[in-house]
Amino acid sequence: MFADYSLAELGSIFVMQGFAGLILFSVFVLMALGLAIIFGQMGVINMAHGEFMILGAYVTYFTSQFFLHFLPSLFNIYFFVAMILAFFASGALGMAVEWLMIRRLYKRPLDTLLATWGLSLILQQVYRSVFGPREVGVELPNWMMGSLALTDTIEVQINGLFVMGLTIAITIAVALLMYKSAWGKQVRAVVQNRVMAGAVGINTEKIDRNTFGLGCGIAGVAGSAFTMIGSTGPTSGQLYIVDTFLVVVFGGAQSLLGTIASAFTISQAQSTMEFFLSGSMAKVLTLLGVVIILMLRPQGLFVIKVRR
Amino acid sequence: MTIPAPKSGRTFFLRPQDLIGIIVLAILLLVVLPLALDNFRLQFVGKYLTYAFVALGLVLCWGYAGILSLGQGVFFGLGGYCMAMYLKLEASSVENTKIQSTPGIPDFMDWNQITSLPWFWEPFRSFGFTTLAVVVVPALFALILGYALFKRRVGGVYFAIITQALAAIMTILIVGQQGYTGGINGITDLRSLHGWDIRTDSAKTILYFVCVGLLLGCILLAYYVKSSKLGRILVAMRDKEDRVRFSGYDVSSFKIFVFCLAASLSAIGGAMFTLQVGFMSPSFVGIVPSIEMVIYTAVGGRLSILGAIYGTLLVNWAKTSFSESFPELWLFGLGGLFIAVVLIFPNGLAGLWQSYVAPRLGPLFGGAAKRRAAPPSASPPASGPVAPAAAE
Amino acid sequence: MNAGVITDSMNRDFVLAVEGLTVSFDGFKAVNDLSFYVDENEIRVIIGPNGAGKTTVLDLICGRTRATTGSIRFKERELTKMKEHEIVRAGVGRKFQNPSIYEDLTVFENLEISYPKGRTVVGALTFRRDGPVKERVQEIAETIFLADQLDQRAEYLSHGQKQWLEIGMLLIQDPELLMLDEPVAGMSVSERKKTAELLNTIIKNRSVIVIEHDMKFVEDIAHKVTVLHQGKILSEGSMAKVQADPKVIEVYLGH
Repeated sequence: MFADYSLAELGSIFVMQGFAGLILFSVFVLMALGLAIIFGQMGVINMAHGEFMILGAYVTYFTSQFFLHFLPSLFNIYFFVAMILAFFASGALGMAVEWLMIRRLYKRPLDTLLATWGLSLILQQVYRSVFGPREVGVELPNWMMGSLALTDTIEVQINGLFVMGLTIAITIAVALLMYKSAWGKQVRAVVQNRVMAGAVGINTEKIDRNTFGLGCGIAGVAGSAFTMIGSTGPTSGQLYIVDTFLVVVFGGAQSLLGTIASAFTISQAQSTMEFFLSGSMAKVLTLLGVVIILMLRPQGLFVIKVRR
Repeated sequence: MTIPAPKSGRTFFLRPQDLIGIIVLAILLLVVLPLALDNFRLQFVGKYLTYAFVALGLVLCWGYAGILSLGQGVFFGLGGYCMAMYLKLEASSVENTKIQSTPGIPDFMDWNQITSLPWFWEPFRSFGFTTLAVVVVPALFALILGYALFKRRVGGVYFAIITQALAAIMTILIVGQQGYTGGINGITDLRSLHGWDIRTDSAKTILYFVCVGLLLGCILLAYYVKSSKLGRILVAMRDKEDRVRFSGYDVSSFKIFVFCLAASLSAIGGAMFTLQVGFMSPSFVGIVPSIEMVIYTAVGGRLSILGAIYGTLLVNWAKTSFSESFPELWLFGLGGLFIAVVLIFPNGLAGLWQSYVAPRLGPLFGGAAKRRAAPPSASPPASGPVAPAAAE
Repeated sequence: MNAGVITDSMNRDFVLAVEGLTVSFDGFKAVNDLSFYVDENEIRVIIGPNGAGKTTVLDLICGRTRATTGSIRFKERELTKMKEHEIVRAGVGRKFQNPSIYEDLTVFENLEISYPKGRTVVGALTFRRDGPVKERVQEIAETIFLADQLDQRAEYLSHGQKQWLEIGMLLIQDPELLMLDEPVAGMSVSERKKTAELLNTIIKNRSVIVIEHDMKFVEDIAHKVTVLHQGKILSEGSMAKVQADPKVIEVYLGH
């Protein structure tokens, strides 16, 4: 399949496909970060994660509309406002869901899976009823349009670069929050020993709710980023949920670094293969590869051997 | 309510109340519904019953063994596609397809510029092979998958996610390879089985009865497995896997067995679906149909063999009637069902029956009243807020 | 099959020979170059402070944890290469620290599952609850004081009864080497007494490894005591010898 291209062309193809893969990678990482926090730290399978993301996307869309109509002078910065709103909207919904549903289901991971699937169906229908079945897209401010020519044959899009930068910033923030802050220490304490954490005065219920909210909030931000690469519809989130779960499982659920590495591997594999094969076969091969590797290494790629 | 009294030395694997339950179901499906419903509605029931095979498999696999597969649609599809390939070849005889550029191959292949029948289609000219393939191909697939996963102790949510990914892969593959599979439309325009036109009303009625017969057979099989020592090992494994392992059992082989059994049951359902409905398409294979099949079992009661049948009928009946009149409401209903069945009535219909109906019927019918009850030997895998329904 | 031939004490084969056993978890050596030998019909008690690696040793013998290096030979068979269920079938039985029974099944069914017949898929499908099975279950149930609870769901047993049930589940397998992890932990005084009685009857004619903290209990049953500390053997020998060992006193009292 490589025979039709010169070496230089192949190089450019890999770089450009690689860059396209990086945008996919950004969405994967943002989705997977939230999911990894919820699954890795709390053991909850959140099948509605895609819908939390889409909520963020809708919030971003409506913010852009609002700025377009009422504050056109500030349109250039609407995205930052939208991101914050998306975080809080999805996070608040997540906390509500935790309070109403998830907290009754700890220690029953398979049941959380079914219940959150039900939630995702309901949310999809809510979006359809409230926002309409049509897919919507945001308008980008001028500074995000266009592309940057690196060489004669290699061009990268500015919004892609922006999304990547955003992803890196959020990842670092989350890592700091989980591993450096007092709050993160409390979360990890609850994960390791709930009873003991409670005994030393940590409000475990509150920690649970906030952790779940944080995971969903990050999904909301992922939704903001998502609006730049795809249009938003009631069921757009569902398309990503399986891939994201594979990313999380593949990386080893409790390792943030693993999540990032696996998001990178999967998105790059898929994006590179997409150029040479049909999109569907690229996807099949990627997923199949992940499944086979998971069979060989069920704990995921980045999990250390621990004492049972 | 006690276990099959150990000292009574049961020789027959059905308890009296199970037998009564099966007879009631048989009368309902074989006599009451055919008399009460017109042909059109009866065919709907026939279609629902094909999903009941899947639900039945899930009772054993998920309810008893605690293995939640979110990829049962794959097996349903494999069975259905095997049958569809046979029927399609019969419908694509040379004289039927003489307007094609390559006569004698299925129409969708011709549209996709395929000029000869692919090798894996060839054996499906034989009905004997097809019938065998319906049961064996999915079982083999489950065997490979189960072997790879269970031997390496992949279980719980990981298994669920991987099977779900497989459902996704299978759908993408079928849709993508439309020259070989018929793509998104599936394999359609199926006409006859051995020259017998399956599209007529009378044929559909006969197929309905065949389907019910097979289902009753599979129910008996499920009861046999449940009442054997293997059934108890499954429950034991779900509860304390390590203890079973350190009692000298190769735990993975039991998991593989029950997963393969569930796969074959689903596939029989898929084949009957193709026969009764007249087509098979990827929309019965993917993530969404697969997880919906889980809810049939959950609504019926994940531990109740007969409950799974009633659960399937009820959910599908609700789906049909809702989506006819209020399509928007259905997703709310279905979503709510997922949540309710987990949060509010984890033992499903069987649990409700046992808690509310059976005690009232008890004085009237004696043991018979317990017929749809969840088996007493097993409360749901999760402890926590789930009250042991069987405690009397 | 467990009666065994009492061999000349000078020329005996060990039932279990553990040599150079090491396991490390991410660099931490939970068991470090451990060697010990268990005789036929010997009752060996392993004691040691928390985290000494006692349970890990049992895990290693029964295959639950894989050794990093070293060998475990049981009647001339190398256990480190065998799967868990093969080790059980070879004649090693293991009781867990917390009572590990099937709560959803009855006492009868709990014992029946442990009955060493029908252990394959086909075997389990065709297993018949015939006379010998019922007799054996009845016999075991009487030994473990649960004869009148056979139809009871195991979930409703008391903590002590659950421990007995698990002991019964091991007994019905008739293992040549029985490993018990804290069999009297969490029991009331009367249950403890009954358990000691029970253990004294069942440990006859087989080799036993027991982990226990209760020194009174250890003194009653031990032929030989092994003291573990930080994954290594600190001292080994008769109870009196071990109790007099200054290293042991240091570890138990010095901290």
